[in-house]
Amino acid sequence: MSSEAQGSEVAGWRAWLLSSSPASRSQARLGRAYIGWLSFRANHLAMLGLGIVLLLVLVAIFAPWIAPYDPNAQILADRLQFFSSQYWLGTDELGRDIFSRIVHGARLTLYIVILVAIIAAPIGLAVGTTAGYLGGWTDTVLMRITDIFLAFPKLVLALALVSALGPGIENAIIAIAVTSWPPYARIARAETLTIRNSDFISAVRLQGAGRMRIIWSHIVPLCTSSLVVRVTLDMAGIILIAAGLGFLGLGAQPPLPEWGAMISSGRKVLLDQWWVATVPGIAIFVVSLGFNLLGDGLRDVLDPKTGGQG
Amino acid sequence: MTEGVDSREPAGRGFSSLSLPRPLRLTINVIVSVALTFLGLLFVTFIIGRVVPIDPVLAIVGDRAPEHVVERVRIELGLDLPLYQQFVIYVGNVLQGDLGESVLTARPVLDDIKRVFPATLELASVATLLGVLFGIPMGVLAAVNQGRWPDQVIRVVGLLGYSIPVFWLGLMGLLLFYATWDLVPGPGRLDFIYDDMIDPVTGVILIDSAMAGEWDIFWNAVSHVILPASILGYFSLAYISRMTRSFMLEQLSQEYITTARVKGVKEWRVIWVHALGNVRIPLVTVIALSYANLLEGSVLTEIVFAWPGLGFYLTQSLLNADMNAVLGSTMVVGAVFIGINMLSDLLYKLLDPRAR
Amino acid sequence: MRKLFACVVAAVMAVTATPTLAETPRDTLVIAFQIDDIITLDPAEIFEFSGAEFAGNTYDRLIGYNHEDVSEIFGVAAESWTISDDGKTYTFKMRQGVTFPSGNPMTAEDAAFSLQRAIILDKTPAFILTQFGFTADNVADKIRATDDMTLVIETDRAYAPTFVLYCLTATISSIVDKKTVMEHEVDGDLGHKWLRTNYAGVGPFKLRQWKPNESLTLDRNDDYWGGAPAMKRVITRHIVEPATQQLLLEKGDIDIARNLGPDQLESVRSNPDLAVQDGVKGAVYYLGLSQKNEALANPKVRQALKYLVDYKGMEGTVVRDLMRVHQAFLPRGFLGALEETPYTLDVSKAKQLLADAGYPDGFKITMDTRNTSPILEMAQSIQATFGQAGVDLEIIPGDGKQTLTKYRARNHDIYIGRWGPDYQDPHTNADTFARNPDNSDDAKSKPLAWRNAWDIPQMTKMSDAAILERDPAKRAALYLEIQKAHQVTSPFVIMFQQTEVAATRADTKGFIIGPAFDDNRYHEVTKN
Repeated sequence: MSSEAQGSEVAGWRAWLLSSSPASRSQARLGRAYIGWLSFRANHLAMLGLGIVLLLVLVAIFAPWIAPYDPNAQILADRLQFFSSQYWLGTDELGRDIFSRIVHGARLTLYIVILVAIIAAPIGLAVGTTAGYLGGWTDTVLMRITDIFLAFPKLVLALALVSALGPGIENAIIAIAVTSWPPYARIARAETLTIRNSDFISAVRLQGAGRMRIIWSHIVPLCTSSLVVRVTLDMAGIILIAAGLGFLGLGAQPPLPEWGAMISSGRKVLLDQWWVATVPGIAIFVVSLGFNLLGDGLRDVLDPKTGGQG
Repeated sequence: MTEGVDSREPAGRGFSSLSLPRPLRLTINVIVSVALTFLGLLFVTFIIGRVVPIDPVLAIVGDRAPEHVVERVRIELGLDLPLYQQFVIYVGNVLQGDLGESVLTARPVLDDIKRVFPATLELASVATLLGVLFGIPMGVLAAVNQGRWPDQVIRVVGLLGYSIPVFWLGLMGLLLFYATWDLVPGPGRLDFIYDDMIDPVTGVILIDSAMAGEWDIFWNAVSHVILPASILGYFSLAYISRMTRSFMLEQLSQEYITTARVKGVKEWRVIWVHALGNVRIPLVTVIALSYANLLEGSVLTEIVFAWPGLGFYLTQSLLNADMNAVLGSTMVVGAVFIGINMLSDLLYKLLDPRAR
Repeated sequence: MRKLFACVVAAVMAVTATPTLAETPRDTLVIAFQIDDIITLDPAEIFEFSGAEFAGNTYDRLIGYNHEDVSEIFGVAAESWTISDDGKTYTFKMRQGVTFPSGNPMTAEDAAFSLQRAIILDKTPAFILTQFGFTADNVADKIRATDDMTLVIETDRAYAPTFVLYCLTATISSIVDKKTVMEHEVDGDLGHKWLRTNYAGVGPFKLRQWKPNESLTLDRNDDYWGGAPAMKRVITRHIVEPATQQLLLEKGDIDIARNLGPDQLESVRSNPDLAVQDGVKGAVYYLGLSQKNEALANPKVRQALKYLVDYKGMEGTVVRDLMRVHQAFLPRGFLGALEETPYTLDVSKAKQLLADAGYPDGFKITMDTRNTSPILEMAQSIQATFGQAGVDLEIIPGDGKQTLTKYRARNHDIYIGRWGPDYQDPHTNADTFARNPDNSDDAKSKPLAWRNAWDIPQMTKMSDAAILERDPAKRAALYLEIQKAHQVTSPFVIMFQQTEVAATRADTKGFIIGPAFDDNRYHEVTKN
């Protein structure tokens, strides 16, 4: 969203950005982004999503200043307290302040989501574009591998990997990334297939560009926008899988305030001290919803040709 | 969460160079690629099962077995052989239809799967049914009212389905619908008084009881499945309504719709018959995919609702390094996934005149 | 479309109209319990908690004990017994007129066969019997029926009599119906494959059905010699989630919930329709400190860590109702159990000890931890108190089998575990906590002392001597002496003894929670 800064009231900028005859490549690119931003801004739900995600980022950055307590400080005498002016969102089964844990948990959530996206998307992109462009045996082998990973239940595969790699947030991230790339590979392949035989790729090929160069410089950039949309939409899924791992007791190590693990430890007292599991449940829900709304909005802007396909 | 209908083009035309008649070549292609996928699936599962740092012997002999018992069982299980030999032996047995025995249940894996898979099938089918029944109309309504409030409401409702941790929703659902409002019975597939009153023919209680004419049991099973299926179905509803909306938008902008309207065809007919009729093909794929995803077994839903299904069985086996059970159920899941994918491809080809 | 709609309406109506049963039938007991640990129903192989409970309710043994005072041993399938003067020959007179549900009469031959079978099959729990010198080769001579009603057992040495007798009350000593079992023998397996999922014994209840990870159903044995129980059927359903168990109990859909946590029990207590019942179990919770770790091998460090656990704080909160502070390896109720609890949370003392040991700033250490409640909560409390003295504890959570695999391979630093006795004699725990005949990596026996690489030739000798002491008072004194030394020097931070708690409907009475897992009995349960 580099255009955000330019979206001020200065009319000159607007005119420059919206110019129908851009003088330079970067002007055209910025102009396109600005138009996208305008249509994105008109989408209230998407803006809400963006707001939630920005809030998550801010909370994560400023967690130590926002949280009133150390997220791991136990006061056994004050366990399972309801909302109060002292403990805004109550305390958990070890007498830790839930609000502080939620705030610090935002860091973990963001960390997981970003790292998974950074690992999984490029893998999917590389596999998908290579398979799609090269075709033949490469395609067969790569897509068979993709199918194998797709045919696995995601959570079970992640579970197996986590227990193989050992617990810890980094390993959970790797496990989730390994289960997340196949759909990206499929998208990238499908996109590549539609581009592969287009005139401009043929032109590049005639100029003598190598295969890897074509894939890397011409096909990958074209697949990126739909992939960004897909990844944003998947972020909610990543959060939910991480929470599922936490719920099953694998994933983050105690006493890390991972939201799924917080639900897991609070679920025993759900009937009587409902807030212990519900507050992190709501946190997961709000953030997932934020990413979903954002992704939905981005898709309308960036990827109009799929017309809203998931 | 769900796979998009991204690549309708079948992967793998690696065998096209063989000079055989086309139908035969296609068949061989399909068989070979399915077989390869299966083998790969088994191989990956096998490797994962072996790198998981859990001693498979432990599940059988427990924590306190004397060393000589541990050693004996290790040899009985063939764990003293090199890994590749273990794999070859396993594949050989599978080809003879022997999936081995589960150490956790002391029964053949095939029997276990026959017991747990129908439970998952039942849950996933009802969930998908609910997802379709509500998701398609919602998608259509959203498309017709594009950009207006019904569209926004439906969009949010759908996104909610993508955003709630299922185990939390499940526990909350039980708390409200079961404990507080008394609308549904508790967890499990049946009230226990009906337990083993019905002979498992298919294993799907809804079908078995209906076939036997035991309507009490049938309705009891319905009342038990409705809450977990609704919660699971919410996720497919979200997906299905989303996709329906986008397919419908595409159709509603087509010329034939305008033509039909001009001709004076009633508006509901234009939407629900003409337009919806034309999106049935991609919709089938969407529904099949979401169905396949549910069939993979929702471990968390099964845990919360004490639903003895495949997902729970698989997780349990995995954490006990019960390799035969893990491999067996992974194959079933894989088969379902591959089967449904192929079926939807086939349906696509049958229903879509352009693809013929 | 219209048909579909009609279906939906019908379904919705059916759901809302189905009256949910408010209570269970009067003659059926429904229990919610985590029973996924059952992997076999053959008493020669059963070694799991839920499996033992099944066997306890369905299989009689020769003798039993009073669950409130285990020193009182009485005949069950045997009417009486005598012990020879040299202390090596035990002669049992069988009870008259007992028949198996199959119709076969129970004889001494069945009893002899059952014990021989357990030794020949040599499954995990077989050591309970083989420790008296029985082998597959000699067992036909050493354990034999001299006539229909007389069983003779000869041990290789003159053991403390209660040691032998308690082992005969264990699950592995259950009496099976020889004829029925042998009818199902395949390839000389003594009917093992069949009995793993079936039943051939005599007891207050008999097996109706076992669906793994789903349910275990028992039916009343109407012809039981001790009188038929009040409950016609007992259904144990596998319900993983404690919250779900609580919901079911509150709604009256089950009679007993077995896996509730302390805070749930608090809410159960305040509900007049429900009641809480408990019984002291023999299991102890402990930290195992690997002596392969340099810091933990220092005796002062071991001492310090014993002062860094908030025993009282945990007892009042995360393990309230579930455990009581206990700091010796023999649980209360056992012969010679040491009941003193010298350790409390004392950070300054611990800091001093750590400084003396050369760790004034503490050290970093890992702890392998099962990812289940309340172990996980305990671990976090320990993590916090260790931290107060600078000991940086990293919790490595894992599934049960995963942490156990690591522990058994001696790859841990600290392991937080639970140990339940296998039978009611003190040797069961002395054998594992205070004996380590061979500390090498490829040792034949691998007790807990071995797992923590604690080499104790002297204490091993003392433990070995204690099983041959036939005078109970002297024997108790021996065990007290071992425990006192153990409490100070051992790499085991023994913290708690388990109390098993069950939440029941107020009208469900008579469920027995005994000291061992096969002592949880249903035959006296009534519902009024």
